[in-house]
Amino acid sequence: MASLIDCPHCGARPKEEFTIKGSAEAERPQAEAGNEAWFGYVYLRDNPIGRVREYWHHTSGCRRWLIVERDNTDHTVHQVLDAAAEKRTP
Amino acid sequence: MRYSALSIIRNALGGNRGWKPVWRTPEPKPHYDVIIAGGGGHGLATAYYLAREFGIRNIGVLEKSYIGSGNVGRNTTIIRSNYLLEGNNPFYELSLKLWEGLEQQFNFNAMVSQRGVINLFHSDAQRDAAARRGNAMRLHGVDAELVEREGVRDMLPFLDYNNARFPIMGGLLQRRGGTVRHDAVAWGFARGADSYGVDIIQDCEMTGVRRDGNRVVGVETSKGYIACDKLALSAAGHSSVVAEMAGLKLPIESHVLQAFVSEGLKPFIDMVVTFGVGHFYVSQSDKGGLVFGGDIDGYNSYARRGNLATVEHVIEAGVSMIPALSRVKVLRSWGGIMDMSMDGSPIIDKAPLDNLYINAGWCYGGFKATPASGWCYAHLIATDTPHPVATQMRLDRFERGYLIDERGAGAQPNLH
Repeated sequence: MASLIDCPHCGARPKEEFTIKGSAEAERPQAEAGNEAWFGYVYLRDNPIGRVREYWHHTSGCRRWLIVERDNTDHTVHQVLDAAAEKRTP
Repeated sequence: MRYSALSIIRNALGGNRGWKPVWRTPEPKPHYDVIIAGGGGHGLATAYYLAREFGIRNIGVLEKSYIGSGNVGRNTTIIRSNYLLEGNNPFYELSLKLWEGLEQQFNFNAMVSQRGVINLFHSDAQRDAAARRGNAMRLHGVDAELVEREGVRDMLPFLDYNNARFPIMGGLLQRRGGTVRHDAVAWGFARGADSYGVDIIQDCEMTGVRRDGNRVVGVETSKGYIACDKLALSAAGHSSVVAEMAGLKLPIESHVLQAFVSEGLKPFIDMVVTFGVGHFYVSQSDKGGLVFGGDIDGYNSYARRGNLATVEHVIEAGVSMIPALSRVKVLRSWGGIMDMSMDGSPIIDKAPLDNLYINAGWCYGGFKATPASGWCYAHLIATDTPHPVATQMRLDRFERGYLIDERGAGAQPNLH
């Protein structure tokens, strides 16, 4: 992991200010989606090699949820976006 | 060749020119009864016990790099069986019993050293948890002693007993725990398996799984196609990757865990000590270096190297436990990639395919499990029934609600 994450609101900040939540690809199922969908969402992981998109929370900064795109083989951070803004644009 | 004092003398007189390679480097055969994908400690142990205990000799172990290059050579070498739950304790106790007889059995010096493992506690709540764990261990016939503060001070006088925030109140001691030379474990199992005719194929990466309906018929590798009757996955760190080749999605994330070795010091820690507040554990190797580690770095990684912030965090915890550490130089650090499973416990099970087997999800603790993991996995592969001590390590336990929640942290403990 790179030691700096370029928060769109605060600029480049040490990664220790952030908390990782996990993959931004997984879609939370509807409440009535059934056991299989919920099991998949809670427990199963794609766990891919290479570029991944994840939710990171700027816990010790602006407290915004971000989507960080990074490479998990060489620690490069490619892109950091505001998660709420991303989710609003279809 | 059997190793003995006599063989050392004989070879010394011959100018040490008589030693032979410890295992062969064969080319892959077109077909194996069992292919084991992953030549780490668990894969080699599985091959060894499959050949020795179950008489299956036509086995190919595929290792993408060289033997000992993965997690078996990248850990802090600790063995113990101080586990709480029914699903875990008998399994790890079997492992410790196998460690105790291992060197005689495979005639290789793995430097098994039962120097004792002590987990310190620093509060009444931690003392209660330690007492409970110790009682659970004794109920399973495993040795455990609750040591009070003064007893710990006699054994480990260099710890910081004046720490106002985290006073050392005592520790849970397992005297039969200890350390093993990790590389020698890989080499010993490789040599043992090889002596039964197992092909250990190094620099051979599995790149695909060929299926016929619900059956695996063979694997694509960097050395060509190899057919097999049974395929056993044993690729810790990369379990998700190899499982995906077979069309499976696992409850696993890959994370990096760092460990460290200091400069050589005169002997002063004669056991394994774990700090109960920050995550920190330390032992002293036979060469004198302190071997220590802490938490995972906290984000998914396949990079085999970690982050300086975690280095700082681990060493802070270490210095608060042993103030004298602040003057010790760290010589090297390394990161291994762990299969962090969703409940912090491992998986040894048949996959939903006819002839595919999975050994994965060892989180931090795969090394101590090496012999029992190989033993139970071999039992599963040979007989298609789980070994009695590994019956709860099911792949579908998350779906069924039977998690092995060793840390008592709940359904999704975020240990990963």
